[in-house]
Amino acid sequence: MAVTLSEKAAKHVANYMAKRGQGVGLRLGVRTSGCSGVAYRLEFVDVVAPDDVEFESHGVKVLIDAKSLPYLDGTELDYTREGLNEGFRFNNPNVRNACGCGESFSV
Amino acid sequence: MALFQIAEPGESAAPHQHKLAVGIDLGTTNSLVATVKSGLASVIPDALGRPLLPSAVRYRDGEPPVVGYDALAGQSSDPANVVVSVKRFMGRSIDEVPYRESMPYRFEAGPGALSLKTVAGVKTPVEVSADILRELRMRAEAALGGELVGAVITAPAYFDDAQRQATKDAARFAGLSVLRLLNEPTAAALAYGLDNAAEGVYAVYDLGGGTFDISILRLSRGVFEVLSTGGDSFLGGDDFDQRIFCWVIEAAKLKPLSSVDARHLLTCAREAKEFLTNHGAAPIVARLGSGEVVDLELTTETFTEITRTLVEKTLRPVRRALRDAGLSVADVKGVVMVGGATRMPQIQRAVGEFFEKAPLNNLDPEKVVALGAAIQANLLAGNRASGDDWLLLDVIPLSLGLETMGGLVERIIPRNSTIPVARAQEFTTFRDGQTALALHVVQGERELVGDCRSLGRFELRNIPPMVAGAARIRVTFQVDADGLLSVSARETTSGVEASIAVKPSYGLSDDAIARMLKDSLDHAKDDTARRAVKEFQVEAQRLVEAIRSALVADGDLLSPDARERIESGIAHLQAAMLGEDRHAIARCIDELESETSAFAALRMDRTIRDAFSGKKIDAIERELVSSEKGGET
Repeated sequence: MAVTLSEKAAKHVANYMAKRGQGVGLRLGVRTSGCSGVAYRLEFVDVVAPDDVEFESHGVKVLIDAKSLPYLDGTELDYTREGLNEGFRFNNPNVRNACGCGESFSV
Repeated sequence: MALFQIAEPGESAAPHQHKLAVGIDLGTTNSLVATVKSGLASVIPDALGRPLLPSAVRYRDGEPPVVGYDALAGQSSDPANVVVSVKRFMGRSIDEVPYRESMPYRFEAGPGALSLKTVAGVKTPVEVSADILRELRMRAEAALGGELVGAVITAPAYFDDAQRQATKDAARFAGLSVLRLLNEPTAAALAYGLDNAAEGVYAVYDLGGGTFDISILRLSRGVFEVLSTGGDSFLGGDDFDQRIFCWVIEAAKLKPLSSVDARHLLTCAREAKEFLTNHGAAPIVARLGSGEVVDLELTTETFTEITRTLVEKTLRPVRRALRDAGLSVADVKGVVMVGGATRMPQIQRAVGEFFEKAPLNNLDPEKVVALGAAIQANLLAGNRASGDDWLLLDVIPLSLGLETMGGLVERIIPRNSTIPVARAQEFTTFRDGQTALALHVVQGERELVGDCRSLGRFELRNIPPMVAGAARIRVTFQVDADGLLSVSARETTSGVEASIAVKPSYGLSDDAIARMLKDSLDHAKDDTARRAVKEFQVEAQRLVEAIRSALVADGDLLSPDARERIESGIAHLQAAMLGEDRHAIARCIDELESETSAFAALRMDRTIRDAFSGKKIDAIERELVSSEKGGET
């Protein structure tokens, strides 16, 4: 089981964390909501929870709660630019259906 | 496929519920739009990666207008239809725009506001600004991938109501919902204060394209407090261009120019100014419509020389703002430079020398305002991150006070006090048995009520009848965070109360405020003299009243002769009171007081005799001790 960051994503996360000045890592997760069942969470982490699973990718600590992990296993988080818009993208092999915009999905 | 930003812990937005909010610096020369992404404010560049959008709009016949660099490109060939520095015209009537004759526009005086004739029809400054804002909105929506919930737009601290309203209208025309208008220096402080978290007193020196603002701020434990503000709404980088322009005309001995040539030379002047930031000399080469060629070299020395008065002009409001804040140069921990014009070396040097320290430049002076606005927008849109519980304090622009006897103003809250604020002062009655007190709340810096602005009146009734000066009326002025003033009065012995709520800034434009401030300076000496006369007149009136009531009560103590001398003293004083000669009034007061001192002594004896007759010494002592204990607070 593993979740990884692309090198570009890791660089951006490290940069944001440095400027934010606090935090131990990056949290990836899912929660049930949205039009297709499950939605992603992408947050800074200040406190590690007991059921968090920890990964390390390009020097960034990635934390995922145990319940979210099955939905995210194998995911690579990338950082891309689409026209003027730029941000993080979840490349998740578990997704079967996603809503039009990709903010929520089902597995 | 959606792109994500990193949220604060526990604050991931539900799908399709991102609140996209931006901060917009709608500048005279350039405009910017910024947003907060993954907790950090950043300026949104255009498709070519350029952060600035020149505040220029070119109107075309039968085609949509172009904004920004493309509009500027048409400036030399089509100056009448390329509107630049439109911010100077916002909320202004045609007479309020200086240097009008050197501008290539066809102005039209509208009702209260001016407008410009272009090939695409008559355009108001609001419409031109809306075109700039629309461009920024589209840029932001393309970059953020969604519709904006709102924007914070910045305005110079000295913008008056009309100018602020015009800015808001422009935003509405551009399809933006305005979360708040924010003062530019305050926005800069937000950007610096949050990013650097340095405590202390800071000066924000903001020399933009068309406006100059100075603000003295205190940053402590995440709280921004605006101590004072000042500035000049007709001074900016454009004026430096203008000086170079005039220098070129003089140096090259040019005849009056066509509007095309004027525009072209102004562009050359601006380029020379920017070139001088990093070079010792700038070439100015231009071919005029007549075929004449201008070929000059402007050195840093010459540039510094011809703009010396402009630089000095910025330092005057700086001194005044410091004085208003009650601070000296030594109290200022750092100077924040804002606006592209602060890149000029002579500005950096002058500001550095004035404050005796190198100015701060660790954020791009052209971007700080937009970044601060973005941070504010992010908060107002509800994307609140933990630890952002800072407060923004503002100041009241003019002193608030009460009318006292003789039409004098007693200032309760001095101007530039930070709000929210509450101040109380005790007043008393003027006449024996007075049962009501009229309170007149005024605003302004002048010494006499007639010269200040009336905000409201109310009465405190049912004061128990007492001798003059015995009633204790505590008047409390309170200004809340929204600038709303409430005044309450309470007679402390009886507990009767009355109050009133007013909005101090209601209907008073910043122009009016500026005028009132200026008046107070111009008339300071005059006012002091008039105040002194009034004070003597009031004192005389009080004395006459006191002696009259004493005569009624204890007139039997006086010999007919003594009584007559007192009566004639009163007559003299009353005659003197009618005049404006305070020395004459003072002399009569002195005479009357010495005339009545024997009478006062006689009255005192009688009072003591009455009070103590039939009492034992120890009872009197007990009374004295207890009255001392219950002394006044």
